[in-house]
Amino acid sequence: MADEYAVVTVTADGPVLVPGPVEVVLPDGRRVRSERPVTALCVCRRSRRYPFCDTSHRARTRGGEDR
Amino acid sequence: MSSTANRTTATEHPVAPPLPRPRGPLSAAVLELIRGRPGGCPPASGADAYGDDLQLALYCCYELHYRGFAGVDDGAEQGAVDDREWEPGLLTARRELERVFLGALRADTEPGRDVPAEVDGLLVEPTGPGSDTGVSHHLLGRGRLWQLREYVAHRSLYHLKEADPQAWVIPRLTGPAKSALVAVEHDEYGAGRPARMHSRLFAEMMTALGLDPGYGGYLDAAPASTLAEVNLMSLCGLHRALRGALVGQFAVVELTSSPGSLRMVRAMRRLGLGAAATEFYDEHVEADAVHEQLIRTGVWEPLLAAEPELAGDVVFGMRAAGLLGRRFEQHLITRWDRDESSLRAPLPPARPAAEPPTPTR
Repeated sequence: MADEYAVVTVTADGPVLVPGPVEVVLPDGRRVRSERPVTALCVCRRSRRYPFCDTSHRARTRGGEDR
Repeated sequence: MSSTANRTTATEHPVAPPLPRPRGPLSAAVLELIRGRPGGCPPASGADAYGDDLQLALYCCYELHYRGFAGVDDGAEQGAVDDREWEPGLLTARRELERVFLGALRADTEPGRDVPAEVDGLLVEPTGPGSDTGVSHHLLGRGRLWQLREYVAHRSLYHLKEADPQAWVIPRLTGPAKSALVAVEHDEYGAGRPARMHSRLFAEMMTALGLDPGYGGYLDAAPASTLAEVNLMSLCGLHRALRGALVGQFAVVELTSSPGSLRMVRAMRRLGLGAAATEFYDEHVEADAVHEQLIRTGVWEPLLAAEPELAGDVVFGMRAAGLLGRRFEQHLITRWDRDESSLRAPLPPARPAAEPPTPTR
């Protein structure tokens, strides 16, 4: 990242993208680290890998209809 | 890292695979050319585009651009330019094979130009009756250990060279699309940490499953539908004219991998496998959730803004990858439903993962 600010990207329908590596501090004080070049943070709270995105935000269809 | 990390060296040294056995006149002719024997290649025009003979012949042509083959003097030792990789006779043969393969893929995929609609279709996870027909659903719900091992053996043809076919597109892109694609590739290659390279994680998983982690070790066992998926990547990677299709193909892999990887992790746990086995797919749940975003907003949006005429090829790459992916999965499910091996020869029983793998060549 050449800029002096870290660029955090809020996607339209999914996670927040943060340039890494990052340490995420959770409400209970727990700290989890991600060494990825970019980390996708879950903001829909549906991820089973919270605080990281696992694509659980995706729309699901049942019998061809949107749920 | 577990002890498996130390003994899996298969992807750390440039070990070349042995030459496979031919499966017909085309692959026999290509193998002779690779051995340096004079001759030509019979016409490919009448061959089954998705058949064993043509797909193996093409796979062997492409392998010369990755690692070559063991026990073959490929001319590279002399440091000259007349190495087998660029042998005109082989390139001529390859072009004929590619014409047939690409022609079939174009004929069997509906043309389209609406990339966002295509992407939206991939981002919907089907649930409910009729949605659980794929291999990862099968393995999660009722798969057996021998089936899971077969699946991993099939996938080794790609994953032991994971991200390599897509690396060829890098010089064909510019600006933001190039930068974002390299970010994804960088992650695939472990982001500077060799121990985290996805190809290495895959080899470690193979060892944990008692499979041979050697590069190309299952080439003879892999049926045409397995080879065709890798051949599509190599075809689109090696031809600058197909760069749009390469990006489309890559998008399909990155956009659909996360939920499938999660099912694989759960399937492995259900079968009683531990962390050494699940690590590869575990990594892909989170990694590909990031890659999806980078590919969508970082690669194809700027690519199509700069070169809108590529939209048709991006859609073609996505649909061709989808077609070959469905053919591959259908082959596995059909065989497994009959309680038959999906490989050309059944796997030998698992060797104990606690022991170092025995050399196979």
